[in-house]
Amino acid sequence: MARRLKKAPPEVNAGSMADIAFLLLIFFLVTTTIGVDQGISRKLPSIQPPDKNPPEINERNILTVLVNKNDQLMVEEMPMDIKDLRESAIKFLENNGDGSCAYCPGGERSSESSDSPKEAIISLSNDSETSYEMYIKVQNELVAAYYFLRDREAQKKYGVTFREMEYVVADPASRAKKGLVERLEPKVKEIQDLFPQRLSEAEPKRQ
Amino acid sequence: MSKFVRKLSGDTPAISTASLPDIVFMLLFFFMTATTMKDSDLKIENRLPSADQTAKLHKKEFVMYIYAGKPSKRYISTFGQNARIQLNDRLAEPKDINNFVIAERAQRRPDDEPYLTASLKIDKEVKMGLVQDVKQELRKVEQLKVNYTTAKGSAVD
Repeated sequence: MARRLKKAPPEVNAGSMADIAFLLLIFFLVTTTIGVDQGISRKLPSIQPPDKNPPEINERNILTVLVNKNDQLMVEEMPMDIKDLRESAIKFLENNGDGSCAYCPGGERSSESSDSPKEAIISLSNDSETSYEMYIKVQNELVAAYYFLRDREAQKKYGVTFREMEYVVADPASRAKKGLVERLEPKVKEIQDLFPQRLSEAEPKRQ
Repeated sequence: MSKFVRKLSGDTPAISTASLPDIVFMLLFFFMTATTMKDSDLKIENRLPSADQTAKLHKKEFVMYIYAGKPSKRYISTFGQNARIQLNDRLAEPKDINNFVIAERAQRRPDDEPYLTASLKIDKEVKMGLVQDVKQELRKVEQLKVNYTTAKGSAVD
């Protein structure tokens, strides 16, 4: 023991260093994700010629959502907390007033609310002093209401959520197998037709 | 204890540097993969609102960015307190969006035009009046696909 220590100590074998380095490299390669932006995707309406008359819509088929300059919310002439908006939008959409909607199990069939999801329109108007944060909150809740109904329907019919199907069809990053997109596309279309997203936005009032 | 003393008195061997290239390469690769290129310097404050019903914008080549917000502290003396729009590297007026969209379209292949999305990165304190102006301008040039880009998180808190 003592004799060996007198010599210079042997060098540390660095041969495995490269392996460790590659291991770490591969680990980081797999785990890091490059930041991707995300947000609420919407389609703006194209500009209508001014002489075109808006179609007539029954009052009960419109859910009026107003936001004032102090970011206060009013739904159908009643003040409401943003937390309750999703719930009341869902209730409005699947009210099933005329009984034509066979896929609206939660419908209350109230005569004050929408005839069917295909007729129902949510009309959103805000003041020009409304903050963008509030606007996004309202958008988020209304989009969530549509997604909830579509998800439920897709789950019942095909056993997958609408969101998953839409992701595979619309997003090239899902790397769907060949033929899957073509198979899912009509299903997505069908669900969209059952609960069409009819969210109209009024031009803001100018002071 | 005596072991240590004896070791120190001997010649210290040179530290092997054979693995140094590996470490350097590892760091290099790590930074290569993890870095995102910054497109433009923001001259405005940009704190996005949060939402959870979001879709991802994967394909950067189909996205154009429109920023809005109050000028940041450095620029308040030049541009004032009011919320402004930023296109590429400069502050702009809503009417400039028209030319901006046309320029962005020209940079891309004509076949890709239907997939082009305008990503609106708007500060949460901006008033809807300005946002509405932006939307109106986008409608005028028929750039109808928009994405209200948000931070991840629950919207209702």
